[in-house]
Amino acid sequence: MTELTNLTIAQIRDGFRAGDFSARDVAEGFNANVAAAKLLNAFIVETPDHALAAADAADKDRAAGTLKPLSGVPIGMKDLFATKGVQTTAASHILEGFVPEYESSVSQKLWDAGAGMLGKLNMDQFAMGSSNETSYFGNVISPWRRGGGDNAPLTPGGSSGGSAAAIAAHLCPGATGTDTGGSIRQPASFAGIAGIKPTYGRCSRWGIVAFASSLDQAGPMARDVQDCAILLENMAGFDPKDSTSLNMPVPQWEAGLSADLKGKRIGIPKEYRVDGMPAEIDALWEQGIAWLKDAGAEIVSVSLPHTKYALPAYYIVAPAEASSNLARYDGVRYGLRDLPDGAGLQDMYAATRAAGFGAEVKRRIMIGTYVLSAGFYDAYYTQAQKVRTLIARDFDAAWESCDLLLTPTAPSAAFALGEKSDDPLAMYLNDVFTVPTSLAGLPAMSVPGGLDAGGLPLGLQIIGKAFDEQGVLNAGLAIEQRAGFAARAEKWW
Amino acid sequence: MTETSYRIQGATGEWEVVIGLEVHAQVTSNAKLFSGAATAFGAEPNTQVSLVDAAMPGMLPVPNRECIRQAVRTGMAIEAQINKWSRFDRKNYFYADLPQGYQISQLYHPIVGEGALEIDADEKAGIPAPKTIGIERIHVEQDAGKLMHDQHPTMSYVDLNRSGVALMEIVSRPDMRSPAEAGAYLAKLRQILRYVGSCDGNMDQGSMRADVNVSVRKPGEEFGTRTETKNVNSVRFVMAVVESEARRQVDLIEDGGRVVQETRLYDPDKNVTRSMRSKEDAHDYRYFPDPDLLPLELDDAFLEECRASLPELPDAKRARYVNGLGVSAYNAAVLTADVETARWFEALLGEGVDGKQAANWVMSELFGALNRLGKDIAESPVSPEQAAGLLKLVADGTISGTIAKQVFEIMLETGGEAAAIVEEKGLKQTSDTGAIEAVIAEVLAKNPGQLEQYRGGKEALFGFFVGQTMKATQGKANPGVVNELLKKALAG
Amino acid sequence: MSVDHATVRKIASLARIAASDAEVEAMVPELNNILGFVEQLGEVDTSSVEPMTAVIPNTQRLRDDVVNADPLTGGGVQSKVLANAPAREHGFFGVPKVIE
Repeated sequence: MTELTNLTIAQIRDGFRAGDFSARDVAEGFNANVAAAKLLNAFIVETPDHALAAADAADKDRAAGTLKPLSGVPIGMKDLFATKGVQTTAASHILEGFVPEYESSVSQKLWDAGAGMLGKLNMDQFAMGSSNETSYFGNVISPWRRGGGDNAPLTPGGSSGGSAAAIAAHLCPGATGTDTGGSIRQPASFAGIAGIKPTYGRCSRWGIVAFASSLDQAGPMARDVQDCAILLENMAGFDPKDSTSLNMPVPQWEAGLSADLKGKRIGIPKEYRVDGMPAEIDALWEQGIAWLKDAGAEIVSVSLPHTKYALPAYYIVAPAEASSNLARYDGVRYGLRDLPDGAGLQDMYAATRAAGFGAEVKRRIMIGTYVLSAGFYDAYYTQAQKVRTLIARDFDAAWESCDLLLTPTAPSAAFALGEKSDDPLAMYLNDVFTVPTSLAGLPAMSVPGGLDAGGLPLGLQIIGKAFDEQGVLNAGLAIEQRAGFAARAEKWW
Repeated sequence: MTETSYRIQGATGEWEVVIGLEVHAQVTSNAKLFSGAATAFGAEPNTQVSLVDAAMPGMLPVPNRECIRQAVRTGMAIEAQINKWSRFDRKNYFYADLPQGYQISQLYHPIVGEGALEIDADEKAGIPAPKTIGIERIHVEQDAGKLMHDQHPTMSYVDLNRSGVALMEIVSRPDMRSPAEAGAYLAKLRQILRYVGSCDGNMDQGSMRADVNVSVRKPGEEFGTRTETKNVNSVRFVMAVVESEARRQVDLIEDGGRVVQETRLYDPDKNVTRSMRSKEDAHDYRYFPDPDLLPLELDDAFLEECRASLPELPDAKRARYVNGLGVSAYNAAVLTADVETARWFEALLGEGVDGKQAANWVMSELFGALNRLGKDIAESPVSPEQAAGLLKLVADGTISGTIAKQVFEIMLETGGEAAAIVEEKGLKQTSDTGAIEAVIAEVLAKNPGQLEQYRGGKEALFGFFVGQTMKATQGKANPGVVNELLKKALAG
Repeated sequence: MSVDHATVRKIASLARIAASDAEVEAMVPELNNILGFVEQLGEVDTSSVEPMTAVIPNTQRLRDDVVNADPLTGGGVQSKVLANAPAREHGFFGVPKVIE
């Protein structure tokens, strides 16, 4: 039944409802794909039994006529989400063996909606990275390869690299991701799939291992826009356990999907035309503009003058918050404890954290600690939060003349593993187009637009006003329909 | 002289001590500041700990309205500025009693700003006149857990039951100049918190503890370097800390040393403070706004409810007792000193008894009895309603003061009502002139010598005859009637 | 502003991350590189700008003072709290003895 694993979430849901196949068949199909794809290293933990149990429940529910929104649909869960009884590590050594006694709000919603879990997906350690090379459990290998016999292993992007690779390789029809500075959108772009970061506060952060609290936001990744809408509807919603959760009803995004953009004005921010951007990305952007025009939208040029300051602001705010959020990993209550002979409490902390955190995590903790330290706080942190205000104001000003923005998702296609891992700063530049929206908390998604000369996917990003996920999804759908993206990584694993 | 003249005598002359207190008061609430775990004292280890308090990955704080409300009410009670916009900040440091690796507190935008309270004059203690002590701020923060060091040879044990319990940190200005002023300030603050109901003030359970900032200077000079003695948990100890720490600093300076800004601990057994070297390593708390929480904005309705729910505060109550009820200044001070006493006395007044009579009775009879029984006023075997029943019988002449004492003793023992006891034991006062005249006649007949002396001009013997008559009637005769009839009988 | 070996050592200590001299030495240029990058923020005139306080305009909700209203954030879960502890005894977490 392997062909079932080629179906989208909507097709699985509808086919299952129609009685075309059982949920167990679907789960077994994906379980088999997961088991056969060890080379991709997309999963840290595989949970075939979880997927089967949910499938059996779905089959019973179908018989009883009590179907749920995601009955019959198995998904992958990024390892940043706490899953009760299933190891949750954030791809770190310091949390290796940690088995939560609780379920994150988002994953609980998905299980309540009938979804099953195929496993915990690999990622950049504590979601810090853009290439999935910082995982303690090894790199995720993209299913994509450059054409022409170049078999160099490529990055699936990051931090939600396991999610992106698994979806692109049809190991799961959809997965959760989290996005702090682009961690859903950039891997989606690299892997030729769709992914949306909703408005900050749409999805509860309760039970998601925190990286940078004011930026972290969960969202779905899937093969197409409709699947993203379906998953997001079942992930979003007010949670009284999260102070920053939005107390708003969850719109019916799937039902609201429409590729007709008549009356919509799409802004093209000129500051996103950065130096050294490959010509084919520029060309894809132009193509995207044409597609949206074709869908009835009006194109306007807008300016987001503080764009160049977004990355520097991000690399102060995110590490600052992370340095504090990660202080709890101290070897006292859970996770790794490294207790050298004769070590006192403070020595134990230092040894545990030295052994438990990877190089990039340490680097960010160090930067964050420094920018918050006495004498530097105002110059760095306060200034960054002020710049953040200016970046948010840029968007507000843009909304005076447009409804949505169209930009490339990333400044390049997927690069080879190892290509940028020695230069943290070069790595950070990957997020140049995704970080501004994260700083402003706005919804944004990446949809596949085409392939580069090497046959690798390139994504387009649509950014919307706060709470306008529908507008973002609709523009994404308009592009998707016109791009007709059907390319698939050829199976080599 | 309205300022304290407290001075430390040093070899180089007189020194003045400058004191500021940072008081941590546990906010009275059922649940913790940011989680739903209970706050009750004395539970089994780690049983009042939520996943949030244990800082499990992905756990988030949501503030408890009651804790915010109590901090605001406390601010209002010291007439402080209430900040309608405040925020929580993280104070970052590593310690085993601090699961998150940071304490959620308020540095940059506390919920309560500038206020003040007044300490009373106390000549004996060297406070010649009432003095206003400035309060810089009150902020809300999380308490830490507890470490136990003596249960295991190589391990310390961590109990997080207190972790996340709400505290108010009440920071005074460095306005105190003597141990007595520091003690009076802490006592007054405790009194107000207990009245407001925002903290139970149980210092022996750690519900209230003070960090004592002490420096010394030659009078009139600039402030000296201060030390901070942590977690001092009684008024007496605060005074002792000020005294010993000021002495230590003076001796140190006069010996050519220099006071180091540091954290110290008080050892009550030796009555000295000592440096906490283990916590000295470069404090750089890296405060920044907690990104898990949003700005706290208080609306007018919330503030209005806080204000409306404030009780009458001790100073106002005392003034009302003196000016409105004619209670003596001393009695008023005692009756308002603690909220439980004031509450009991208010209940008594609420029964419609005379204030002055009630005050006298509580001060002498009730306090005497409770003292004997070793009970708090909250545990009094006689309720305010029952006491009012007794006082009314005296006021309307049903029983005399003497009989009232007897009745009260019976009430204490049996819990019975005064009227019933008087009825049952036949203790009603009599104004029956015929009966009293008969007794008087008997008394005069039995004491011919005294009668003769009296009639011979020794009028001081009148009291003797009153006493004999009262005794013969077992105290039940109306003293007024006895007086009148005796005068007549003695006049012959 | 740039950091030297001693500063990096101090930050590592504040962050409780043990590091050898060689590791500290390696971090010096890395951190300076990143700090140099973020310092371009200094160019921006923010004199009349308030720092961002809430990403999406929103104010803090307050919860009712009810014990264990939601079992997920309530107490009485000692076994869950201790379940993953590296050292636990008699209901406590264990840490190397702290001398105060």
